Amino acid sequence: MRTLTKLSKAPGAAPEQNKSTEMAADVSAESATARHELDGRIKGSSPLARDTVHAAPHPHARAHESAVKHVTGRAAYIDDLKAPADALHVALGLSPVAHGRLTRLGLDKVRAMPGVVDVIGFHDVPGHTDIGPVFPGDPIFVEEEISYVGQVMFAVAAESHRAAREAVQAAVVEIDEQPACLDPVAAAERGEFVRPTHVQQSGDWEQALANAAHVVEAEQFVGGQEHFYLEGQACLVQPTEDEGVIVHTSNQHPSETQKLVAEVLGIPFHAVTVEVRRMGGGFGGKETQASPWACIAALIARRTGRTTRVRLPRADDMRVTGKRHPFHNRYRLGVDDQGVIQGGEITVIGDCGYSPDLSDAIVDRAMFHSDNAYSLGEARVTGHRARTHTASNTAFRGFGGPQGMMVIEAAMDDIARRIGEDPLTVRKRNFYRPGRQTTHYGQQVDQIGLLKELVEQLETSSEYWARRRAITEFNAESPIVKRGLALTPVKFGISFTAKHLNQAGALLHVYTDGSVMINHGGTEMGQGLHTKICQVVARELGLDVDEVRITATRTDKVPNTSPTAASSGADLNGQAARDACVRLKQRLFDFAHEHLYQDQGLDREEMRMEAGHLVAGYGESERRIPWGELVQSAYLNRISLSEKGFYATPLIHYDRNTGQGRPFYYYAFGAAVAEVSVDTLTGEYQVERVDILHDVGDSLNPAIDLGQVEGGFIQGMGWMTSEELKWNDAGRLISDGPATYKIPTYGDLPPVFNVKLMEGHPNSMASIYRSKAVGEPPFMLGMAVWSALRDALASLTDYAEAPRLDTPATPERVLLAAEALRSRYDAAQGAV
Amino acid sequence: MIDFMLNGQPCRSEASPETSVLELLRETLGVTGTKEGCASGDCGACTVAIGEPGPDGELRYHSANACITPAHQLNGRYLVTVDGLAQGDALHPAQAAMVACHGSQCGFCTPGIVMSLFTLHEQQRQAPAPLTPQRLEAALGGNLCRCTGYRPIRDAAMSMDSHPDHRPLWLDAGAPRDSEANKTGLDLDASFLQPGSLAELTDCLARHPQARLVAGATDLWLESTQRLARFERVIDVTRVAELNVVEEAELQDGRRGWWIGAAVTYSRLEPLLEEPYDAFAHLLHRLGSQQVRNRGTLGGNIANASPIGDTPPVLLALGSRLRLVGPEGERELPLDDFFLDYKRTALREGEAIRAIFLPRPVAGQTLKVWKLSKRREDDISAVLGAFAWRMENGVIRDVRLAFGGMAAIPKRAAHAEAALEGQAPDAAAFRAAREALAEDFQPMSDVRGSAEYRRLSAANLLERLHLVIAQAETDSPREVMLHAYAH
Repeated sequence: MRTLTKLSKAPGAAPEQNKSTEMAADVSAESATARHELDGRIKGSSPLARDTVHAAPHPHARAHESAVKHVTGRAAYIDDLKAPADALHVALGLSPVAHGRLTRLGLDKVRAMPGVVDVIGFHDVPGHTDIGPVFPGDPIFVEEEISYVGQVMFAVAAESHRAAREAVQAAVVEIDEQPACLDPVAAAERGEFVRPTHVQQSGDWEQALANAAHVVEAEQFVGGQEHFYLEGQACLVQPTEDEGVIVHTSNQHPSETQKLVAEVLGIPFHAVTVEVRRMGGGFGGKETQASPWACIAALIARRTGRTTRVRLPRADDMRVTGKRHPFHNRYRLGVDDQGVIQGGEITVIGDCGYSPDLSDAIVDRAMFHSDNAYSLGEARVTGHRARTHTASNTAFRGFGGPQGMMVIEAAMDDIARRIGEDPLTVRKRNFYRPGRQTTHYGQQVDQIGLLKELVEQLETSSEYWARRRAITEFNAESPIVKRGLALTPVKFGISFTAKHLNQAGALLHVYTDGSVMINHGGTEMGQGLHTKICQVVARELGLDVDEVRITATRTDKVPNTSPTAASSGADLNGQAARDACVRLKQRLFDFAHEHLYQDQGLDREEMRMEAGHLVAGYGESERRIPWGELVQSAYLNRISLSEKGFYATPLIHYDRNTGQGRPFYYYAFGAAVAEVSVDTLTGEYQVERVDILHDVGDSLNPAIDLGQVEGGFIQGMGWMTSEELKWNDAGRLISDGPATYKIPTYGDLPPVFNVKLMEGHPNSMASIYRSKAVGEPPFMLGMAVWSALRDALASLTDYAEAPRLDTPATPERVLLAAEALRSRYDAAQGAV
Repeated sequence: MIDFMLNGQPCRSEASPETSVLELLRETLGVTGTKEGCASGDCGACTVAIGEPGPDGELRYHSANACITPAHQLNGRYLVTVDGLAQGDALHPAQAAMVACHGSQCGFCTPGIVMSLFTLHEQQRQAPAPLTPQRLEAALGGNLCRCTGYRPIRDAAMSMDSHPDHRPLWLDAGAPRDSEANKTGLDLDASFLQPGSLAELTDCLARHPQARLVAGATDLWLESTQRLARFERVIDVTRVAELNVVEEAELQDGRRGWWIGAAVTYSRLEPLLEEPYDAFAHLLHRLGSQQVRNRGTLGGNIANASPIGDTPPVLLALGSRLRLVGPEGERELPLDDFFLDYKRTALREGEAIRAIFLPRPVAGQTLKVWKLSKRREDDISAVLGAFAWRMENGVIRDVRLAFGGMAAIPKRAAHAEAALEGQAPDAAAFRAAREALAEDFQPMSDVRGSAEYRRLSAANLLERLHLVIAQAETDSPREVMLHAYAH
């Protein structure tokens, strides 16, 4: 019988799986304990799937499966798809006011405009008119009540995109305008919520506050964020010969769009097929908010019998769709003389916009992450879901987690100033650690040693303390330009908190030429999911990645799928794809055992797929059957060459009644150190250097993971700094294009940018090949820049005070914070 | 009729005057490699390269945002899009480097980035020079990527050399072509007029005094893409020979300098400014993106009369003059008299800007230009301060302080100037100037900044000016501003 030790010595050996119990029994005595510990932590019901074979450096750093198509312009996005010459183009009639009653919608002139073929509104919908994704509340068109500027009142289909847009302007709209609520705090005080308030509590937080040596409290505003996917919302709908439609859409959740389109048309789900080849960026903005356009286009396609396309002009896209939730947060925490949190309370108020959308889960995730990497002690965390008259805010990378973490990261800086210690010292003292490893929602934090080691490595590699000294000296001598430094950690929970979404399916076909097709429920939005899935299949079948082709995500291939969200794409779909491969392999092994080399007594137990062969036995008894031959023989012997796979994440649960449970399968960790220079006369600043160390377990593809870490950081930095959403007093978004909404550009890349993946720490849970999810966690590394800005500003008070610095910390906010600090501190000094 | 070369192939197409290059490509010709990200010239996803014969007859390629480039301006030009770069499986170095460096994730911005890298690669072929951070920033600052964080794109830019130089031969093959329009002479009734000389321009203006004038179209074309304007008639000034020259001149008042043709692009202007006005040249690095600077013109920036245009405050501070051409011939006026009210200028119907006078610096004169914006690159000013003065016997002389973003027009701060003129550059004088600023400006709040921020930061720019002057006289200067902004 083979062991893991032997396997790692076999050059070119395929990954081993399903041997966890055998391993523990067979290894040498000294490693048995360690192995046993590892094994003991494998709590999942799925097989151990860790690859211990390390060949060349970064053997898995494959290029994106579409890379060549990207650079040649051949990768087709929705609006690039060819359509019949009579295809229709849709433009939307949007509400000009934030709150009111639609008293007249005159569309006759619109119908008379050149090129117009169809005009539809609320009363033209045959099926459901509410397209709320989880909870009701999102009318497909305004019936009477208007809830935000940009809400869709009607749609026009015309012969050209421009004709449709021009026709929209001919509508006669009368609205009985009412006062709009744009302030989520006022809404919360009035009890205007889209969903009920939720509370998580551990221990006697009031007593902890009463007994504490210091009480630190503050409030903060954390701004929202526009997704700014480069490809705007788009879809193309073809009517089918029966009552249905085929929907091509830029979409993270094809199954939900299938459901909503069917419901709006009043037809069964099986009459609707949704296809997604790729998105030009998603980031959460196409999880629920890609469906309305598909529903509208489907209505028109069915009414006219013509292919119908929608692409939202950028300004419409930015006004109509929801964003990352702005949050108002408050905290009151009791700490001891060392700055260690004893307990307290945290309140987060998410500005949900006009309807629930995904806000329940988003505010929950903010609550789940209001501790970040620190034990809150005995704490109560309260999350409100405020209703305002703006677009319905939605999923965005981190899904509320970032907004929740901002509370505790602010608190760490505040505590440090209060007790006169370096913020990093205070952070480290508050990390989850043995004896304090249970979160306020009752989950044990696994791998606490990993976070400690990761931060210590980064502290060293970034030369944190030497730079801290240099910066302090510089600031003492520099009245105008101030430097700041900060290290902030990330601990991010991985799993959908809606338990049922933690499932995935895959469909594997092997054709008689040996080529392999894999399809799964996840969608490709640039994150490299399809590349990773191809790698999983190639690895399982012992083939070259180029022999595996992935096809567009389609609801008629893998049904009832979950959104590609919550960083879960590779975790869930990778396991499902692997499951399909394992099943097919078992069948091929059985076939080979029964039909091939029977006279030699080929050992079924020893069979494996490697380097394009089925291999059985070792040494002299080794037999190799080429993949193509195997496939041909199997086909001729009437063995099915197709399999489906399925996966459901084990162990997770959460009880909303008690606010306790284990919502996350595991946590992903990371940390960033940022150094900034601030001009305290103008508020301008420059990020000088960033160092990042991030945990992805055993990486499925280090090149792709590095891209997620770097890209996530820059996007997070943009959220913290230059990306400012502004509405006017009437509730109209005035930052409605890239001229006024500034995402990071090339020059914002820090001149020194050291980014590394943590090595030597496989996932303690049985994830796919012991990797970890990487989509969202690095986003929150961007907070280091914000904390460094606060550090630079704190130097104006000789580090006696941490300034309030709401986000995004634009030059304006930085300047006004500097002014406030300077006038207060100078006044205080003058008084002395 | 638009007559041009598309990826080495002759192409002829009809289009209405407001059609953009992007609409022509995607909707008329069905060539969809080039993407629309914003249709406002701010994201670079639609970046293409446009070739024009240089003085030596060789084609020079510059990057442009196809979404706001008028399709008719392609006439006689050589358009290169991402669709044409690869020859079969052989990728252009810009493409190969992007693949090798993992420079694409979602891939939607990638065609634009490839085309920006292509133009950089072409520049390197024609005039090899080190790829400094500044050059890379200029080459890539106009291309937004939401996925990668730009590091792999930087690596791709720096490693193009290491890939085989698979470059389509047709990039050089085209001899300079005369468009059909040029061969047949100017049709004064065309809806998109492209006069080639000042005489033709005045004919066009006389015939169609209400036509829209366009040069780089970097602002005007947004009226089409964002507000769906249809232009009945457009006069394109970019091919008027007299508007494309820079001439040394001496004014009647004895000032020496240059008359800069109104259709001279920022990209052409930038190297000319480096020697006399480093601060002005530096400002141009931060004006729009490379794609915008390749098309946008000084004349357009002035005629547009936006209160947040970047160059008018600088030209006001330098005491610039304008030469206008119209039905009654030419006339000159000081730039001080040009901006009347929000988006209203002294231009009369049928009049156009012919040239802008940029004076040479006089002895002892200094110019400082400081632009405040949310993002350093490719952003519009919240506040821009342009300050010119000279020191004479320890006092400030001929001080001109002009601001953008502080009023309905680009405007000088008369009260603040008076507070400094003839004063020693001490704290008291600058305190008085800062206080006087309140009489000069009552700024408003908008998407780019609050009134409070504008007031405070404008006053602080005067404090910075004070510190800069004071620092110049000390032996141990301290940093008074960030190195990334210092000029």
